[in-house]
Amino acid sequence: MSDTPLNSYRTLPDDSGRFGLHGGRFVAETLMPLILEVETAYRETQADPSFASELAYFHKHYIGRPSPLYFAERLTEAYGGAKLYLKRDELNHTGAHKINNVIGQALLAKRMGKTKIIAETGAGQHGVATATACALFDLECEVFMGAEDVRRQKPNVDRMRLLGAKVHAVTSGTSTLKDAMNEALRYWVAHPDTHFYIIGTVAGPHPYPEMVRDFQAIIGTEARAQIMEAEGRLPDALIACIGGGSNAMGLFYPFLDDEDVAIYGVEAAGHGIGSGLHAASLTGGRPGVLHGNRTYLLQNDDGQIADAHSISAGLDYPGIGPEHAWLHDIGRVNYVSATDEEALVQFQKCSRLEGIIPALEPSHALAFASTFLPTLPKDQVVILNMCGRGDKDLEAVLPKLDERGLL
Amino acid sequence: MTERIASCFKKAADEGRSVLGVFVTAGDPSEAESDHILDQLVENGADFVELGMPFSDPMADGPAIQAASLRALAGGMTLVKTLAMAKRFRARHADTPLILMGYYNPIYSHNPDKFIADAVDAGVDGLIVVDLPPEEDAELCDPAREAGLSFIRLITPTTLGNRLTDVIEKAGGFVYYVAIAGITGTKSADISSIGDAVARIKEVTSLPVVTGFGIRTPEQARDAASKGDGVVIGSAVISLIAEASSTELSQEGVIAGKIGSFCATLSDAVRS
Repeated sequence: MSDTPLNSYRTLPDDSGRFGLHGGRFVAETLMPLILEVETAYRETQADPSFASELAYFHKHYIGRPSPLYFAERLTEAYGGAKLYLKRDELNHTGAHKINNVIGQALLAKRMGKTKIIAETGAGQHGVATATACALFDLECEVFMGAEDVRRQKPNVDRMRLLGAKVHAVTSGTSTLKDAMNEALRYWVAHPDTHFYIIGTVAGPHPYPEMVRDFQAIIGTEARAQIMEAEGRLPDALIACIGGGSNAMGLFYPFLDDEDVAIYGVEAAGHGIGSGLHAASLTGGRPGVLHGNRTYLLQNDDGQIADAHSISAGLDYPGIGPEHAWLHDIGRVNYVSATDEEALVQFQKCSRLEGIIPALEPSHALAFASTFLPTLPKDQVVILNMCGRGDKDLEAVLPKLDERGLL
Repeated sequence: MTERIASCFKKAADEGRSVLGVFVTAGDPSEAESDHILDQLVENGADFVELGMPFSDPMADGPAIQAASLRALAGGMTLVKTLAMAKRFRARHADTPLILMGYYNPIYSHNPDKFIADAVDAGVDGLIVVDLPPEEDAELCDPAREAGLSFIRLITPTTLGNRLTDVIEKAGGFVYYVAIAGITGTKSADISSIGDAVARIKEVTSLPVVTGFGIRTPEQARDAASKGDGVVIGSAVISLIAEASSTELSQEGVIAGKIGSFCATLSDAVRS
């Protein structure tokens, strides 16, 4: 970090895991020794060049990195403004950015001598990535998934089972992603000696938000070098969708100190912010404490956590990573939102114009791009993180496209 | 305020016995019945009461207490109503220590300073806030101590070495030993390990040590109590409330009566 400038946006978290007001370690004492152990082990890997080279090996030969930075000429033409580049993380093994983080944490778990892995999952992408890494590294894998999501995302449940993972259908609370995370944390404290918890996004108690960001930052590091090669300069703007915010943090982080690069995070507005049925915790929430960190949360006046709503199961979470909460507070990143309907339209449009079927999550990023790019001059350059592919969403999306005459 | 807790333990020590603490969730199964249940606990030998502040996402709790929280919230329970319930309790029971137990977000949402003032005003003696470890003391623990509230710490089987000293440094009232690695109401505590753990804790503090999590039956309560200064029973009582409320919710006081009877058997066991 010695080359980090003094007034940098890349010096956090502090020693207590804070990003300004946000972050921290708000966990029961039953969990505290476990996260301190993870932090110590993570610091050791940071100081060990052999860890970085091991990770680089799997990036290249297993995940298929670097992912291409692709000039989306037809979408650029259709939107009618700045040039749009797609960072193709949907081409990674397992079809999303999630594997970047999972390989890193699984290697850490092995170094710690852990033999069993637990993970939470919403749509199932993080669960599939975790089951995949566990197969590769010969680790036992248990995935916690809301019972409602198990029903809605059967193909991913089948993939996890084939890969050898045990899927726990969580029926507590509202049977969705937040409850899956509660249950995974509960399971972890009951199995402290053998298990490692691979959290799938830039949330949870310190050091998870920092560690997951670091493992995902490969996205932005590659994109920075690739855009320099393609355009000979930095981009004018970055766009990424945000649920917990790991793909966005991964793209944004290496650009945070480039003040001329405007950055946009796109939350899921569900049926619309005004409807109350959305997953936009920055736009429609306020600071609170859940799952070990302080951040913006959807909650009622009494501090009870509210349900999130989004057509995209991967964005359907009532919180957001604490670093995003801080970047929102200081105004470095602009947080906007896109509705279910807007995402559906772009899901079809990107498929038809680029031959790339985007996941519903990055379809939200495309929805913002579709209104934002036309406001920029044609010589400007924008990078959008295509963080996942849409095969998993076909069952949910096709009937809706049919209803709208888009098929 | 902290004096009530100290006198409670002193009185029991003078009588040569351990103390019995009972946990119930405020507003479960209803606000009115909760008042009755609290009265029954005091009348049937509970030495102190832990009143749970319902939260939608109770990370350290098992199915029984999760369900109790959701029942209470579904009935319209809020933190403000829990504080009012505590104040009514104090008006009826001048000497029984009352400890509020829960998670930080409703308190943070209410405003921590206001919460402390309201808790002091209600006659609350201590706080157990599950998701505030010593690393986050500035949030609530430090101002609560200044206001005279005991900040009760949980010690687990994995709290060892320097960490044990750090966690206990600002502890008040008593130390709560979590007898299992895990969440409330799931496994049964290994009674034989409690004695060693209590001894380990007593090397670093003069506070009484109370054991909880995984203690369900009068026999377990008796055995666990004999290894330290007291026990807390939660999930077993909550499960009884759940069972009774599925059939007898309409008759006010009936559920409370059943809880009172169970509390009496626990109390007899702890005193034996």
